[in-house]
Amino acid sequence: MRFSRKTLGIPYAVFLLLFVVAPLLVLFYYAFTNGKGEFTLQNLTDFFTDPNTLGTLAYSLAIAAVTTAVCLLIAYPVAYILATSKLKAKSVIIMIFVMPMWINFSLRITALKEILTLVEGNLARYPFLNSVIGMTYDFLPFMILPIYNTIVKLDGSLTEAARDLGANDRMAFLRVTLPLSLPGIISGISMVFLPAMTNYVVLDMLYNSTYIMGSLISSYFAAFNWHGGSMIALVLLGIICLFTLLSDSGDEKTARTGGALL
Amino acid sequence: MENNQNIIELKHISRTFEDGFRAVSDFNLEVKRGEFVTFLGPSGCGKTTTLRMIAGFDMPTEGEILLNGQDISKLPPNKRPINTVFQRYALFPHMNIFENIAFGLKLKKMPREEIKKKVKKVLELVDLEGFEKRSVSTLSGGQQQRVAIARALVNEPEILLLDEPLGALDLKMRKEMQIELKAMHDELGITFIYVTHDQEEALTMSDKIVVMSEGKIQQIGTPEDIYNEPQNAFVADFIGESNIFNGIMTGTMQARFAGGHFQCVDDVPEGTQITAVVRPEDIELTAPEQGQIRGKVISVIFKGIHYEITVQSGRYEVVIQSTKSAEVGSVVGMKVEPDGIHIMIAENNTNVFPVDMNRNHRLEFNGTELDTSLTQLIKGSRRNEEHELLDENGEVIDPEKIHIIASIEPQDIRMTDDVDDEQVLIEGTISNLIYKGDHYSYVINTDLGQDFIVDDEYLWNMDDRVGLILPLDKMRFQVKK
Repeated sequence: MRFSRKTLGIPYAVFLLLFVVAPLLVLFYYAFTNGKGEFTLQNLTDFFTDPNTLGTLAYSLAIAAVTTAVCLLIAYPVAYILATSKLKAKSVIIMIFVMPMWINFSLRITALKEILTLVEGNLARYPFLNSVIGMTYDFLPFMILPIYNTIVKLDGSLTEAARDLGANDRMAFLRVTLPLSLPGIISGISMVFLPAMTNYVVLDMLYNSTYIMGSLISSYFAAFNWHGGSMIALVLLGIICLFTLLSDSGDEKTARTGGALL
Repeated sequence: MENNQNIIELKHISRTFEDGFRAVSDFNLEVKRGEFVTFLGPSGCGKTTTLRMIAGFDMPTEGEILLNGQDISKLPPNKRPINTVFQRYALFPHMNIFENIAFGLKLKKMPREEIKKKVKKVLELVDLEGFEKRSVSTLSGGQQQRVAIARALVNEPEILLLDEPLGALDLKMRKEMQIELKAMHDELGITFIYVTHDQEEALTMSDKIVVMSEGKIQQIGTPEDIYNEPQNAFVADFIGESNIFNGIMTGTMQARFAGGHFQCVDDVPEGTQITAVVRPEDIELTAPEQGQIRGKVISVIFKGIHYEITVQSGRYEVVIQSTKSAEVGSVVGMKVEPDGIHIMIAENNTNVFPVDMNRNHRLEFNGTELDTSLTQLIKGSRRNEEHELLDENGEVIDPEKIHIIASIEPQDIRMTDDVDDEQVLIEGTISNLIYKGDHYSYVINTDLGQDFIVDDEYLWNMDDRVGLILPLDKMRFQVKK
């Protein structure tokens, strides 16, 4: 018997069918049916008419947007300095930024909670701010690494060429380095923005009782409303697809070659 | 301004890196307006560092760079009216050809219409009309190089710097671009400073060549000067093919080297130790008895327009270029006209001579085994049970294929009149002596044809027969590539 490439692909195909395609089909089934198993668009209209779900969507988008912005503001300079400096201990410094990822997530957030309590006294006073701080702390490495990887691979002679042609440091950065590090920024944003919309554990642990998308879905399933919960998950999936499409078409050529590690 | 003609002057420029490495030391150069100057040297000789200091990417640790009489050595690159063509082009991948070329003009806030006109004109100059909308990645290496040149030239720099711009192109493309660059230079009248390690490229294009080695200028001159009158052995060896011999002046315009006596045209005092350079094309093959030296042909290679013939004459290998072939194994004479010999005063008197590896895989000179460790000399080598020498890949080293050069200083050699002394490595006759204040410098013409220079405080007589003792601990050995 010949052992072809196709044969080797079978386990993977089975895995895909079982754990990707099948759950998606189940998700679609529940999202577009009611309790009696009949086809309906009721869940979809419910989502977009219920002020509760829409409010949660807005709150999640706000938290995710602010978290992403803060991450980007911190991560870009860090990545830029690390990538362009001649430090010998470069890899050690990167390790320091990445290392928290190896420590258990809930342990980290618990530690952060203690620190924030010490500073603020009562955590309930600034729930939005605390959630943003928690998420930024959690997601920062995912922003630094792709940007760092893109900048570090940039040809140094490009900025030299810009300076040679009359650009000062600022212009050389704005016209050459920044546009060329865009692929890293985009992949960093997609690594942070989407998880930030659903990671309700951070909110829970920091005593923010406002729902975000993740907590909303889990509350629906807790109340055995599988149909409504599936529809919310599906809407979220739609947003993710839209975002990925946008970032792909944004810079098609460089996005593929742009060195995003993660 | 003292001199209107010099567009740029480099005065006592040095550059020492943070790790203490001195990349360029005491570099002095004057470049006239409109000249085509080439920095030529092997990699790591400091030529690119010098270019980067002119461009402003690197700052000299000492010295000043005068552009039209003004010191610009502290100015950043964007403030200098100088543009660079980079080795790997450095085109901006996120911009199309028009945006790449217009980059400098846009920064100068030039009106859009004027930018368009200038880009169109410069694209015509580099033969890429209509390429404005193309993206960088769709262009071939040669086309990218032209865009890089256009992007620099459109800013109308006073000096155009080119850092090995043709290094990444294939041979045919390179030849074409050489001619085009030279034509562009003649047409525009801009000063070009060109960096290359390719001596042929330098000789073809330049008005003036600066030969560099180890951060220092070895010679500045026209291509003809550099080729015909090299100032030292490095230049002679680096530019073109050469036969380089150590020798001595034996009379007025008379020299002795390679085991023969030659007439030459350089007037160097008698008794001076010299280095003689003979280009392969200046040696004529004759009948054995008609040449100044004779030898046995060991290889003949056909090179298209000539034969490259290698002749073993005594201890010397002489390379000859001739339109006539010779038979391998035949004995031939070699003749050099006086103007084919270029005499340079020797920089030092270190005796350099080849030693052999014998069949026992030991070093041998003139039939005597030298008790020195070959395993230490040849990196990664070791001996097997049969005492054969193995290289780093575990293969037995062929004694024929390895060339080892020994060197010893004149003051470390001892002379004895007891030629049968077992310490004596080689015998010879004193063929010259000069008194040097506190010692005599002797030239010993040995039986192998190799001349040794020996310093001794006692007076010996001309034509004395002596034995030379070369202490092993004073000898240095080197494996030749």
